[in-house]
Amino acid sequence: MSEELHEIRLRVNGAEHTATVPARRLLSDCLRQDLGLTGTHVGCEHGVCGACTVRVDGRPTRSCLMFAVSAQGHEITTVEGLAEPDGTLHPVQRAFRECHGLQCGFCTPGFLTVVSAYLEDNPDPTEEEAREAVGGNLCRCTGYQNIVKAVLRAAEIRREEAAAAPGGERAAGAGERR
Amino acid sequence: MSETTAPASTGLPTATRDGVGASPLRPDGALKATGEFAYSSDMWTEDMLWGATLRSPHPHARLLGVDTAAALALPGVHAVLTHEDVPGEKRYGLEYADQPVLAFGKVRYKGEPVAIVAADHPETARRALDRIRVDYEVLEPVSDPLRAAFDPDCPLVHEEGSVPDDGRHRRGGNLARHQPVRTGAFAEGATVEELRARADVVVTGSYEVGMQDQAFLGPESGLAVPAEDGGVDLYVATQWLHVDQGQIAPCLGLAPDKVRLALAGVGGAFGAREDLSMQVHACLLALRARRPVKIVYNREESFLGHVHRHPARMEYEHGATGDGALLYAVARIVLDGGAYTSTTPAVVGVAASMGVGPYAIPNVRVDAYGVYTTNPPCGAMRGFGAVQACFGYESQMDALAARLGAHPVDLRVANALAQGSRVITGQRIDAPLPMAEMLLRARDAPMPPGRSALPDPADPRTLPGGVSATVLGEGVVRGVGYAVGMKNLCFSEGFDDYSTARVRLESVGGGPAVTVHTAAAEVGQGLVTVQGQIARTELGVERVTVLPADTRVGSAGSSSASRQTYMTGGAVKAACEAVRERVLALARERGPVPPGARLSLSGGAVVSASGDVLVPLAELLDGSPVEETREYHHRATRMVDPVNGQGDSHVQFGMCVHRAVVDVDVELGLVKVVEMTAVQDVGRAVHPQQLVGQIQGATAQGVGLALMEEVQVADGVIRNPSFTDYLIPTVLDTPPMRIDVLECPDPAAPYGLRGAGEPGTLSSTPAVAAAVRAATGRALTRVPIRPEDIVGLPAPRRRR
Repeated sequence: MSEELHEIRLRVNGAEHTATVPARRLLSDCLRQDLGLTGTHVGCEHGVCGACTVRVDGRPTRSCLMFAVSAQGHEITTVEGLAEPDGTLHPVQRAFRECHGLQCGFCTPGFLTVVSAYLEDNPDPTEEEAREAVGGNLCRCTGYQNIVKAVLRAAEIRREEAAAAPGGERAAGAGERR
Repeated sequence: MSETTAPASTGLPTATRDGVGASPLRPDGALKATGEFAYSSDMWTEDMLWGATLRSPHPHARLLGVDTAAALALPGVHAVLTHEDVPGEKRYGLEYADQPVLAFGKVRYKGEPVAIVAADHPETARRALDRIRVDYEVLEPVSDPLRAAFDPDCPLVHEEGSVPDDGRHRRGGNLARHQPVRTGAFAEGATVEELRARADVVVTGSYEVGMQDQAFLGPESGLAVPAEDGGVDLYVATQWLHVDQGQIAPCLGLAPDKVRLALAGVGGAFGAREDLSMQVHACLLALRARRPVKIVYNREESFLGHVHRHPARMEYEHGATGDGALLYAVARIVLDGGAYTSTTPAVVGVAASMGVGPYAIPNVRVDAYGVYTTNPPCGAMRGFGAVQACFGYESQMDALAARLGAHPVDLRVANALAQGSRVITGQRIDAPLPMAEMLLRARDAPMPPGRSALPDPADPRTLPGGVSATVLGEGVVRGVGYAVGMKNLCFSEGFDDYSTARVRLESVGGGPAVTVHTAAAEVGQGLVTVQGQIARTELGVERVTVLPADTRVGSAGSSSASRQTYMTGGAVKAACEAVRERVLALARERGPVPPGARLSLSGGAVVSASGDVLVPLAELLDGSPVEETREYHHRATRMVDPVNGQGDSHVQFGMCVHRAVVDVDVELGLVKVVEMTAVQDVGRAVHPQQLVGQIQGATAQGVGLALMEEVQVADGVIRNPSFTDYLIPTVLDTPPMRIDVLECPDPAAPYGLRGAGEPGTLSSTPAVAAAVRAATGRALTRVPIRPEDIVGLPAPRRRR
């Protein structure tokens, strides 16, 4: 196996990591096996289930469809990077827990990364929009009802927090529609 | 249902939060939301090797030889093992030990494990697999279950004598079990013709259910670590640690106490983790290589590596009098069990006893068969034989209602079983069964608005086919359908089904604390939450820790058959009661307690009948913890008679009613499920939020079986082993749901509860099928329903 290896530097959850990988190493495998970030889950290996979704420069991206080498120079956020540094859960994390939007939880990291990004652009979704927002992720346990509920609840938490923060109401776009 | 604390059956005060009847947060929720929860595929040690499995490319072949030399020579490879390296029993299985750890003599399905490798990297392991040479003599596959069952000239999948015959329920050939049920005139030897002559209306139908996959998202995986005592520690995702241990140890040639299992994070189960997959393989490799070995299946391998729901071919005939009273029912249910036994005999037992559904029918003849073929092995999946039958009998009920000009709900209500009725095995239903009320509630639930009420009926997102629809909805017709299903809950047919719990109450840091330890598998359903709730309610202490499940405590039985809240809940309750008894005795002995006073535990203290705190637990138990272990057994059941299927074989019955509302594009053959309403009696909702989650998940899996989910098998080969080709519902395929929960307590069960995980998977599928029939007028005798079935294109050439 004389395959060429590459020294890569990845910025994940605000921290620099290095890894030595062949060019074909998937970002999902690199995160899990080289960096030990096993919160990113692999459910189908080919971009259908969405469990491996991470944020690349903020955009939800299936890490099983991206090479680790091409993630260099980008800001990667995995589920481990959603909570505040002091451990305070992200509104999306709180909402999924509170609304029982997870059972086995294997699909959850993919939903959380998708929804965290979605709510930044759509802070006040309708139920129909919340359903569409998670249309690309598979869950086998919940029948999705509580996931939709969690998306709406996460939006509500974000608005509540924005309203509580000094001058923050506009920042989260609260009250645009309701 | 309320979110408030409910009183326990012990009559305890209700000062303790988050007990039975409340909906506390699940203790694993935060870890699952932060990515820290360790699934079996996340297990890791620094020096671990990676295991991989070489599988048969043929569904049926003689295995002539395996040459591993070239694989062993590859740098980085630490072990290559075949059946010759299995030190103990060469075969394992849940009911019969008929499945080879590694194939010898013959392979009986495509994907059967032939050799295993451990290497320093998963890629090295896969390269090593490519270097293993296997010589096969390919045999004709036995792929038609009807021929395998009924053609005496069909080749045998298992050589005579290789699977035990009990001479009663299994009598050789390719039948894993044949279970007849005969009641009324059929028990006296009457023929169908005689019954038919007495009926005013007769309906017959042939029905098919495709092979469904559990499609859990977390693949089969685990880590085996060799131990200094010559044993092995296995961290694995499973449904039943002790039944794994009981199968693994003999294959390794080790005593059970040398094979210790701990539950790793489970990414869903639904029955697919009841059989072994990689467990023995990882242990064999770890013991040989003297290094930890991790195995993780990929999705394709997962489709080959676990059992599926039995596909079914079913023939039904129902006769009724002109007023709609059922007179007789005849059913033949053939379940394709595939290559190995797994749980097929038990699935047959369920299909037979539940074969004509929850209806009062005086004359019944059912024959259920489980068949060996060289198709992928089938076994447990949520609903377990009752799902298939439910599609058959509910399709029949709709056909009969149509013939009689009756509303499908009215016909069902008129023939409904109730408390005091007998099911076809003769067993009396001794707990509440509000079937008629449930049906009426489903019918009377508010209907979703019609398409004309939509702001924009041409919005493609509202149409069957969604945004990829190429039409404006001109051909869309709405349909409504109903179905009811009944499922036996807990293990049936004489199985001594028990669970064990160890509960410790002690003073920790100046406050009382409870520790609960069981081997029960949390597979996502929320069992860890429920164990904590029960301990809080019984011991009046809010601080409860549920220890990780492992084999250091006695068996909890399987996380299947909707049984864990009943069984492990019952065990935790019993252990708590034993602890409480000792604590109260201690209080009487040591404390300032008036003699003869009625005592209970509440708010972390021993309290009097009037609620006065007599002694805080932290003080009473300081330095003297109280610990008790209890086994909980449900009431005894027995095997049904092999000739007439009579006997009290079941513990409890669960029921769900569904109403489905669908929009069907009758030109394109596309379906959009608009709404699902479920009505389920759960006896007692221990955790209302988690309970509703179970019904919603079950409903979605039933919708999947109705419209999209099928493992397509041609000549023994799975054609669609990926999530691109095996479709499970997304949120856009899953409609809003209305869940109506009834609580009619079962006096025999802990807290009156009724297992709740499965019933929703039964009725969901036939309700959707009925709604599509209502919209299209087509017979639709097969699920999943395909577009060509709806538009009436001739079926493509049959592939089997």
